[in-house]
Amino acid sequence: MEHFATLVALTLAAGTPLVFAALGELVVEKSGVLNLGVEGMMLTGAVVSFIVAANTGHPWIGVLAGMAAAAALSIAFAVLALSLMANQVATGLALSLFGVGLSAFIGLPYVSIVIEGIKPLDIAGLSDLPMVGKMLFAHSPFVYLSLLLFAGVHYFLQRTRAGLIVRAVGESPSSAHAIGYPVVRIRYLAVMFGGACAGLGGAYMAVAYTPLWTEGMTAGRGWIALALVVFATWKPWRVVAGAYLFGGVTLAQFQAQALGATLPSQVLSMLPYIATIVVLALISRDATAIRLNAPASLGKPYHPES
Amino acid sequence: MLHNHFRAALLVALVACVPGSVHAADEPFKVGYVYVSPIGDAGWTFQHDQGRKEMEKALGGKVVSKYVESVPEGADAERVIRELAQSGNKIIFTTSFGYMNPTLKVAKTFPKTDFEHATGYKTDANVGVYNARFYEGRYLAGQVAGKMTKSNVAGYVAAFPIPEVVMGINAFTRGMRSVNPKAEVKVVWTNSWYDPGREREAADTLMSQGADVLTHHTDSTATVQAAEAKKAYAIAYHSDMSKYGPNAQLTAVTHQWGAYYTKAVSDAMSGTWKPGNVWGGIKEGMIKMAPFNPVVPKDTQDLVNKTAADIGAGKFHPFTGPIKDNEGKERLAAGKVISDAELSKMDYYVEGVQGKLPK
Repeated sequence: MEHFATLVALTLAAGTPLVFAALGELVVEKSGVLNLGVEGMMLTGAVVSFIVAANTGHPWIGVLAGMAAAAALSIAFAVLALSLMANQVATGLALSLFGVGLSAFIGLPYVSIVIEGIKPLDIAGLSDLPMVGKMLFAHSPFVYLSLLLFAGVHYFLQRTRAGLIVRAVGESPSSAHAIGYPVVRIRYLAVMFGGACAGLGGAYMAVAYTPLWTEGMTAGRGWIALALVVFATWKPWRVVAGAYLFGGVTLAQFQAQALGATLPSQVLSMLPYIATIVVLALISRDATAIRLNAPASLGKPYHPES
Repeated sequence: MLHNHFRAALLVALVACVPGSVHAADEPFKVGYVYVSPIGDAGWTFQHDQGRKEMEKALGGKVVSKYVESVPEGADAERVIRELAQSGNKIIFTTSFGYMNPTLKVAKTFPKTDFEHATGYKTDANVGVYNARFYEGRYLAGQVAGKMTKSNVAGYVAAFPIPEVVMGINAFTRGMRSVNPKAEVKVVWTNSWYDPGREREAADTLMSQGADVLTHHTDSTATVQAAEAKKAYAIAYHSDMSKYGPNAQLTAVTHQWGAYYTKAVSDAMSGTWKPGNVWGGIKEGMIKMAPFNPVVPKDTQDLVNKTAADIGAGKFHPFTGPIKDNEGKERLAAGKVISDAELSKMDYYVEGVQGKLPK
């Protein structure tokens, strides 16, 4: 059972960067904007948080700086895609490529630096409890933060007026505009929120999960987060479930290998992708529900004048 | 930007060819390097760059060297190698396996330039190959692991199931069991040379299944960091990674190319360079162990140093029979030493490795 508790802890740790990035992107897409730049923003968040953490000695200040930097980068996307009406897919792809290059460039002097990362919680008494301690009280603070973010995003979109407005903007920007909502400004805010969340996911990797900076260290997690949002049909709880499923199956295949499984490791490496797609496709196979959940104006530029 | 840089260099080279401006006699000898990844702070390319710097230092002001990093294997590599040759580099080192065919192709059109390709197997009139016997260091690493483990399980984070990596796993396991016959090695394949997150997950998995000493054949420092975080031990690869795991790292198997580069370049300068097929190890100084962590007991250090000396002197080979694979089949008879050809196509796990080798 102790082993099971370890597995749970490892799964949560592995899924967390995906939870952050995917929840952020979910809000962006709910507002009708498709930002494919998640990978670039994650890397920017990772490198900036690492640099600031290394210079100030305070990893949490680094995390805030990483979020701010990724949000700033997302503003560049918003200016091009929302104000100048550039194609969102092309702009998002460019943002990803740019973020990868930018982070590699500004991170160059920092590849050799070692920082004291943010450690998992160690609450006297609680973290050492058998089973429960490891499962509930000994995670990285980021794991709790990601769960809070999930609760917050879910509540915001489903239960608040502001969330309703964001969804309205994503469904029918012209109607929202007609009743007086500033569509472009709302989309800007959503894009910045998505940027900050992607930055948070990157920061988690650079200052907590593997406290180091190297070029391209997120290794495609931004793209996985993007896919999760679609496969989860824009439902926050499914996004989170998908992220943990992905993390869990990745670990399970490593466990299987270490136990001497005889499947080719290439097949085992595919498993997290296949499992996540299959499960999410199954739980969201209702076509009507998908149509209802998908933001109707996703990726379409909006001209307030027209 | 890089491209312009080359164009400028090319222009300089052309100008240098104009009659009247020739001053080749006092011009430094030019040496080029092609790297597959960024130099960074640890790892494969970092070690080659250390070797380049050592060579420059050893040969004083007589040489200038230049490198191009992050060159993808393939068409880009050919362009970069060609530009290095055109801009007057007299000897060019291409330091990744995938540069084999581009190197050979460019070498044909620059018969007066010498080429050295790392880890390849095809040579030509002006193309030599060189590689290191990494497995010798792995065997020593295994001995350290075998002495330091309490659970008798070591964890190995590996990238791809190719002979190079399998050879390392087997050498490590044989080293470990030479001092601890009960020892077992668990292997996890990440199917990526470089993904710190996955390497971390693989390392955590191995530790959760009882491994208390880890080693890796991947490019990042994540395995050593994971061991440090869980208070386990690790033996680093490529470079000394002690600053990433000051308590965890027991030692590291490091690659040292400096002496080889110095010799190759000075041979090329004096015109005595010949295309060779070099596979050097401890004897040639290509493989060195990083300083031991003070927790490694003196007698273990002595044992490892003695084994290293024996390997260096040619008195001992890590793959001396009997060798059984982990299904019990005999692969090499008692007393025999494995041939280089058999080594370079190794496709089985030796006794003591858990699981089956993915095909």
